[in-house]
Amino acid sequence: MSKTTTFLKKTGSFLFDNKVMIAFAAICVAAIILSGSPISFVMDGVFTRITRNTFTVLALIIPVLAGLGLNFGIVIGAIAAQIAVFWVVYWGFGGFNGMLLSALIATPLAVLFGYLVGRLFNRVKGAEMIAGLILGYFADGLYQLFFLVIIGGIIPVNNPKLIISGGVGVKNTIDLTGNLKYSIDAVRMVDIVTVLFYAVLAVTVIKVVLHLLKKYRLTRGDLIFFGAMAVLFAISYIPVVERFLSTDRLGLLNALIVVLVILAVMQLVKIVKAIWIDKEKPKTLVKPILMLLVFGAIYGLTYIPQIEQVLMFVKLPVLPFLLIAGLCWFNHRLLSTRLGQNMRTVGQSQSVAMASGINVDQTRVLAMVISTVLASWGQLIFLQNIGTFSTYGAHTQIAQFAIAALLVGGASVQKATNKQAIIGVILFHTLFIVAPQAGKELFNNAQIGEYFRVFVSYGVIALSLAMHAWKKFKKEEQPSSELPNPEESNLAPAAE
Amino acid sequence: MKTLKNAYENIGLPRLIIGLFFIFLIVTSIALGFSPAALFSDVVRRWLMYGTLVLAMVPGIQSGIGLNFGISLGISAGIFGSVIAMEISFLQNWNETLGAGAAWLTLLLALLFGIVMAAALGTLYGLLLNRVKGSEMTVSTYVGFSVIAFMNIVWLSLAFKNGELSWPLQGQGLRNTASLSGSFGGLLSNPDVVQTTQPRWLHWLAFRVGEFTVPLGLILVFGFLCFIVWVFFRSKLGIAMSGAGENQLFTTSSGINVDRKRIQGTAISTVLGAVGIILYAQTYGFLQLYNAPLMMGFASVASILIGGASVRRAKISHVLIGTLLFQGILVTALPVVNEVIEIGTLPEVLRIIISNGIILYALTKTKGGNQ
Repeated sequence: MSKTTTFLKKTGSFLFDNKVMIAFAAICVAAIILSGSPISFVMDGVFTRITRNTFTVLALIIPVLAGLGLNFGIVIGAIAAQIAVFWVVYWGFGGFNGMLLSALIATPLAVLFGYLVGRLFNRVKGAEMIAGLILGYFADGLYQLFFLVIIGGIIPVNNPKLIISGGVGVKNTIDLTGNLKYSIDAVRMVDIVTVLFYAVLAVTVIKVVLHLLKKYRLTRGDLIFFGAMAVLFAISYIPVVERFLSTDRLGLLNALIVVLVILAVMQLVKIVKAIWIDKEKPKTLVKPILMLLVFGAIYGLTYIPQIEQVLMFVKLPVLPFLLIAGLCWFNHRLLSTRLGQNMRTVGQSQSVAMASGINVDQTRVLAMVISTVLASWGQLIFLQNIGTFSTYGAHTQIAQFAIAALLVGGASVQKATNKQAIIGVILFHTLFIVAPQAGKELFNNAQIGEYFRVFVSYGVIALSLAMHAWKKFKKEEQPSSELPNPEESNLAPAAE
Repeated sequence: MKTLKNAYENIGLPRLIIGLFFIFLIVTSIALGFSPAALFSDVVRRWLMYGTLVLAMVPGIQSGIGLNFGISLGISAGIFGSVIAMEISFLQNWNETLGAGAAWLTLLLALLFGIVMAAALGTLYGLLLNRVKGSEMTVSTYVGFSVIAFMNIVWLSLAFKNGELSWPLQGQGLRNTASLSGSFGGLLSNPDVVQTTQPRWLHWLAFRVGEFTVPLGLILVFGFLCFIVWVFFRSKLGIAMSGAGENQLFTTSSGINVDRKRIQGTAISTVLGAVGIILYAQTYGFLQLYNAPLMMGFASVASILIGGASVRRAKISHVLIGTLLFQGILVTALPVVNEVIEIGTLPEVLRIIISNGIILYALTKTKGGNQ
């Protein structure tokens, strides 16, 4: 009896906590069914959009952690990236080197912009979101002034392909085909493995030198990690593997298998560790074994023809996904550093943070700098994947869509995790892909679907801001003597 | 010296810069050979065209909800009232049966529908804003955006018979821009319309003195609205409302229901927004649907801030000065810019920078409005 009630309670609270996400998932499923689009088409579109947009959405997490709310100022990071891309294309660079140069130019710009935004946000504490939104529009004005008047008007430029025929101002669209298009997507796996190996090699050599100088103690983990990298590098020379790795795209089927194998190995290591090293009770083995069975079942599912067909159809660019994974890891790791802890304290209560000797303003500025830099990198990934750079439009909606996606994933103004970001991107962009077709089937008008998705993206932000403000207001209205419930506020881990 | 310093402090740096810039633009354009009369006619026309929308900011600010970015709600109500009135006018064939009175009846009906809808929506909106005290601006911005996006779906689904409103040969959906020339466009402000369609005894509504156009009808209507708002804030109800905005605790302790005053302020602001967009459309001669009103709230907010209002205090003089300066710059910048460099979008860029710059400035001055 009591077991069923706790189960019901648990399910209830799960449903309540994830209501936004669940409601949105239902809308998505309904829209997919209504649109009648083939699943492979939807999947392909969704994965393309995951490649393009996830990095930027993940860039929103750190400001939420530091109590700055949803960072509408990421537009400014995107602007930094676009200034860099323009000059790189203008100078005639291309390919991966061109992209590296873009990042090299965009990063210091984004650091500077992020610093300025952070300083501004410190002057408007409590109203960062509205200030960020207005700041985005303001920065867009300055950006237009720069691209329409200053380039050509003050800075001499000469390139009829990029500049408006009068010689002043940049054209509406810049074609990235042949220079920066797919410059990240098209990096071959072999090259990634090679670069990774040399990077790990360099780090290990430095560690060994430091060890010999008695400044650092080599651990067994370091050596095992290096060994694993070396083995991987060696394997990449086996002809079959080499052929497999020499492409830049990974079929979704292969990617799924790789992920499943990695997860399975991790569970196996857990089992081995539990039995032979920690000698724990067999009860702890239940979960890993269950997980293994689940992985096996998922693998089995891929043999169902319909699913296999979809999985074979979708191809993923490898490097963007590795970068996204890297950023997830960074967001997660940051929490266990001193800086991450400081940010969290500042996010919970600025007065508590101040009392415990944290430089609140500096921490907030730092959070903005990191977020702005990440947003600029996200915009680089976006532009190289989409292949045409719409000079005056590429950045305008970025904050809007990224924030809506994050909120759809179940995040709030005070709490956001990697998981929510990824789920949010999937759901939000699924709706984006199928809404026009669904509108066409339902109302005989594709435009209605398009307006509906815009309405959803505004509506979800309005709703979530209102809910947050309501909660905050209620808390202030009835000042309870206790501290805020840790599970409700952002004490809960922000990155999982 | 002291009086000079006092004057400077009263005017404030942003207003000083923008005012000087405006004077500079006027002098330049006259020096470039533009007709001053035509220029000033344009400035006056734009001033009155946006005036009521800016006036709508006053009750919002005074009642304590801050800068009402959610004015889009009132704007949508006004547009909705207009399209309904136009459709009824078309179905009843008023142009045939009523002659010159058709336009007047359509205008009144549009105002009536707009005001009723705006009052209802504004009350609901005020209820929402009472629950999000302290974050009104962020919430209202996105409520405003959502309303515009929702109305886009409505415009697209309406199936109207009036050819001025609906797309030809489609049976569904309204046009992006509907001409008001067969309806109430220019009825209060355009001499050509007034002189040709209206009887002689109404010709004073809009006339020309030399090259200068006097939209007397619009001046009277806008002046009347300003006067009503001015009187209202001197009445008992208005003073109580200002009190609610100024000092919640004090007002509550003197027995005034702050929340109700805020709702009233929001509703009045929304109603003025509806009236404002109808007057805007009648001056402009076109009714703009879909995303056209999306950023109008920002322009109104910027105007009143340029006029010297703060997030907490606003007066009619702020409305008049701010709208004149902001719209004046935009009107005069276009010919000047076109003469110097041929970049047609530059005034638009200027608008974006000035309007958002001034809002940001106001936010930093008042610590984001959360004093």
